[in-house]
Amino acid sequence: MSNTLSYSSITKKIWMSLFGLFLMTFLVVHLSINLLLLFDPSRELFNIAAHFMGTNPLIQIFQWVLFAGFGFHIILGVILQIQNWMARPKGYKVKGTSEDSVFSKYMIYTGMIIFVFLIIHLGNFFVLKMQGDVPEFHQPGAGEMEDMGLLVVNLFRNTGYVIFYVIMLLLMGFHLDHAFQSAFQSLGLTHNKYTPFIKGLGHFYSIVITAGYIIIPLIIYFR
Amino acid sequence: MAKLDSKVPEGPIAEKWTNYKAHQNLVNPANKRKVDIIVVGTGLAGGAAAASLGELGFNVKVFCIQDSPRRAHSIAAQGGINAAKNYPNDGDSVYRLFYDTVKGGDYRAREANVYRLAEVSNNIIDQCVAQGVPFAREYGGLLDNRSFGGALVSRTFYARGQTGQQLLLGAYSALSKEIKKGSVELFTRREMLDIVKIDGKARGIIVRNLVTGELERHGAHAVLLGTGGYGNVFFLSTNAMTSNGGAAWRAYKRGAFFANPSFVQIHPTCIPVHGDYQSKLTLMSESLRNDGRIWVPKKKEDAQKIQKGELRPTQIAEEDRDYYLERRYPAFGNLVPRDVASRAAKERCDAGHGVGNTGLAVYLDFKDAIERLGRNVIEARYGNLFQMYEKIVDENPYETPMMIYPAIHYTMGGTWVDYELQSTIPGLFVGGEANFSDHGANRLGASALMQGLSDGYFVLPYTMQNYLADQITVPHFSTDGPEFEQTEKEVQERIDKLFAVNGDETVDSFHKRLGHIMWDNVGMARNKEGLEKAITEIQQLRKEFWQRVKVPGEKTGMNVELEKALRVADFLEQGELMALDALTRNESSGGHFREEYQTKEGEALRDDKNFTHVAAWEYMGDDKPAKLHKEPLVYENIEVKQRNYKTA
Amino acid sequence: MDLKLKIWRQQGPDAQGKFVEYLVQNISSDASFLEMMDILNEELVAKGEEPVAFDHDCREGICGMCSLYINGRPHGPDTAITTCQLHMRKFKDGETVVIEPWRAKPFPVIKDLMVDRSAFDEIIQAGGYVSVNTGGVPDANAIPIKKENADLAMDAAACIGCGACVAACKNASAMLFVSAKVSQFALLPQGRVEANNRVENMVAKMDVLGFGNCTNTYACEAVCPKEISITNIARMNREFFVAKIS
Repeated sequence: MSNTLSYSSITKKIWMSLFGLFLMTFLVVHLSINLLLLFDPSRELFNIAAHFMGTNPLIQIFQWVLFAGFGFHIILGVILQIQNWMARPKGYKVKGTSEDSVFSKYMIYTGMIIFVFLIIHLGNFFVLKMQGDVPEFHQPGAGEMEDMGLLVVNLFRNTGYVIFYVIMLLLMGFHLDHAFQSAFQSLGLTHNKYTPFIKGLGHFYSIVITAGYIIIPLIIYFR
Repeated sequence: MAKLDSKVPEGPIAEKWTNYKAHQNLVNPANKRKVDIIVVGTGLAGGAAAASLGELGFNVKVFCIQDSPRRAHSIAAQGGINAAKNYPNDGDSVYRLFYDTVKGGDYRAREANVYRLAEVSNNIIDQCVAQGVPFAREYGGLLDNRSFGGALVSRTFYARGQTGQQLLLGAYSALSKEIKKGSVELFTRREMLDIVKIDGKARGIIVRNLVTGELERHGAHAVLLGTGGYGNVFFLSTNAMTSNGGAAWRAYKRGAFFANPSFVQIHPTCIPVHGDYQSKLTLMSESLRNDGRIWVPKKKEDAQKIQKGELRPTQIAEEDRDYYLERRYPAFGNLVPRDVASRAAKERCDAGHGVGNTGLAVYLDFKDAIERLGRNVIEARYGNLFQMYEKIVDENPYETPMMIYPAIHYTMGGTWVDYELQSTIPGLFVGGEANFSDHGANRLGASALMQGLSDGYFVLPYTMQNYLADQITVPHFSTDGPEFEQTEKEVQERIDKLFAVNGDETVDSFHKRLGHIMWDNVGMARNKEGLEKAITEIQQLRKEFWQRVKVPGEKTGMNVELEKALRVADFLEQGELMALDALTRNESSGGHFREEYQTKEGEALRDDKNFTHVAAWEYMGDDKPAKLHKEPLVYENIEVKQRNYKTA
Repeated sequence: MDLKLKIWRQQGPDAQGKFVEYLVQNISSDASFLEMMDILNEELVAKGEEPVAFDHDCREGICGMCSLYINGRPHGPDTAITTCQLHMRKFKDGETVVIEPWRAKPFPVIKDLMVDRSAFDEIIQAGGYVSVNTGGVPDANAIPIKKENADLAMDAAACIGCGACVAACKNASAMLFVSAKVSQFALLPQGRVEANNRVENMVAKMDVLGFGNCTNTYACEAVCPKEISITNIARMNREFFVAKIS
């Protein structure tokens, strides 16, 4: 920790972006698995994928890399934020009104909310799975596995949860929208010609990811 | 008292500086550490000198009035810096730059100094490029040049409209390097209030810490002033608010002669005055005259209608416009030197052809240039200036011609210095605008930056060393000595006296009144009667100041009004000397225009027989008139003739 | 026009400050903001009160001395401008104008609206220069420089060191200031020689002084009087990364 604290501001930002970009690729993988619930209402594909993710030794190892990624991203974010608050001990009477990116101002808040969501999310699925509280899924030929899909579907039939989920995902979308181009900026990957494309891609990414995640509970809820 | 010895080295002019350097005394590297130097001011001259002296190994203490050395007013110079590189292959040479500068100064500058200036001008460009100054470049990757007033060649190097800023930041970076190294110690927010002399030599200064209000003593083997000019005597000028001639004035009162105080430059392209609340005037770079054409309406009726707002300049037909500079000076046109352009503008406005709601403005029109080159090119060249103009005046200069009027800009006069830039006080050196030496009666555009950096980088590090060579056995000075004690006491008394007045008129009010007297009588056109009136009025105003000025607040801690009061007290004395010098100089030369002395066409009429000299004034006491000493100017390499900008 | 001013008054660095209200009347819309402050101060002095302390010098937008945070924005309600160039026509008659000093830990208040920005000097001293001494340098045209790079270097070098970027940044980060200097030299062959050391030392100094971290909100670019681009920050990040891994 003390070592992390003494890293220079830019080093921290570079790590922050690398972890962030890594987490963004995870979101794509996660979404593609979730979407299986829509394409295959029998939940078979989803459960196979979930089973694979839950049992494949490589993925099992990688899972800890992912946790570490989340962990560092969050810890760095908090350290950066505390330093930022310390840099202005006395604030302004009139709050800033400059023409900057709106989402960028609230990264720590959207980040913290996403963190809370992550805990609940892990509680909903991961912990249950660890405790073996997941119903069995019987599928001829595929052997026995846990019916993770049923857990999801049940949750997505709960009105309150769907509303909560949609709000959380929107906030994550805001976080991502700034995060994508910001990561490239922090890594110094800017260029007159390509930066507008990266920014566009960032908006595209955050909209597709957010819409993709949100559409699943909505379809299941109204199905 | 001291006789004026300019100490110009023997030999042909082109070899003087080389000979000087070859034979001067040097200080060995180990001994440099034993020698302390004080540098006051961090502009081009002070900053560059402090950095260079630090590099050599001297112990340098550098003082600036602002919160950072980077803010010295050299930063505001826009147009460029001259050098005799002859990169454009248009016939430039060291001699030609020397010649143009002497001629531009109306033959009132010291030949040897100007030649040296032209000689080292090329080194300055090399030095600045090596420091990372981003001069404008051509597509081939080489440096670009542009033309400037008073020259027939393109020899001006520039960095957009921010050349002064970039050169100053170059010097500031060199200074920062030395501060980091420990050879230079930086003192910010300090104002020099007096010079301390020990056995006749300058050995220290008294400064006021502008934050705590404390007086501090600093001792050294030599003192260098790079404190700029005294243009703010006029209240309204293009100088910064804290620019003041105080340091040089204090040196004067301690025995340093003050040379040519009446030589003041009035810059032709400033944004006109718009109200009496105005605090300063904004300069629009002279480079604008490269592409802009200056005109006023030919018919007085048109001018009157414009003044009343009934007519727009764009409605004046081409044949009704008087491009008076092109008309009067066909060879140089809009690129005549500043004094000529300023007087021509005043002449037209006085004749009733002026524009703007005050009638004290002329047009600077870019219509033709935009048609010829396209708006993009003009924007690339002057975009930031146009933007600045629009912010201030609220008019778009791409569509409506700019309005300009002359304003006080630069002071050619200053502390008298010899070839070594040493004043009549041994050990007191003066560089940049604060000295008098290189510009004569009028400074050409893009020459101030050249002179500041020449003094700072390439002259003072040599000449100060020559002086310091026999000082190595003098131990570091303690500031507890009686001379420091006494000088500080006198400064404290001056401050106490200001508070004791406890009157009812603000400092600024006195300053504005002084400004009016100066502008009306010691401004662009002067005459005997007006100058005599000015002297009486200034004396009267000074008396009133010491009876009625109000300085609120405390002696300790920050007190901006006290700072201003100390400066205005000095301006009230300096203004008088300026008027006296102008009254004594019975001729017109450069920026000094006496109405009694002009040609039939209204051009300046010099009196070379009686006035080819530097007028150096010696302080004789507060109630005694200053004593005039003359340093004759000898021109061996240039034929002195009437300046002519009508034909090449 | 008449205006109600709410101005931060603070006697000294350690004193408690507070907002004080003043009324100014009959201000010309052609006056600059600082001229309006001059008028206020003249009135205060005439009344025997202490004038408001604020930094200013050249009053033509280049020295970087002026530094007021006006109605929630450094240098007030205009773009590409310093306070001294801001004119009263940007305000409405009867408007309330809140004037605060720059707020950042490394910029302590000296008095009223005046802050100490010597932290910027310290950052430059950490490496914002090319280590050449006077004399003995090559001819100015010895190394051709691509015009594009020279122009970009000039864009970056235009920084006036006013600190508006720090004042506007919600994190009080100095990245725009530091990156402008790093970029200027990184783009020129003269500066490349010690580019790695420079960026590491300047960033380290910036961190030690207590400036915040950049979170890419780009508020700095929006308020910069010289419109210094945030691509300089990206360039500095890149330079820093390369310096660290090489």
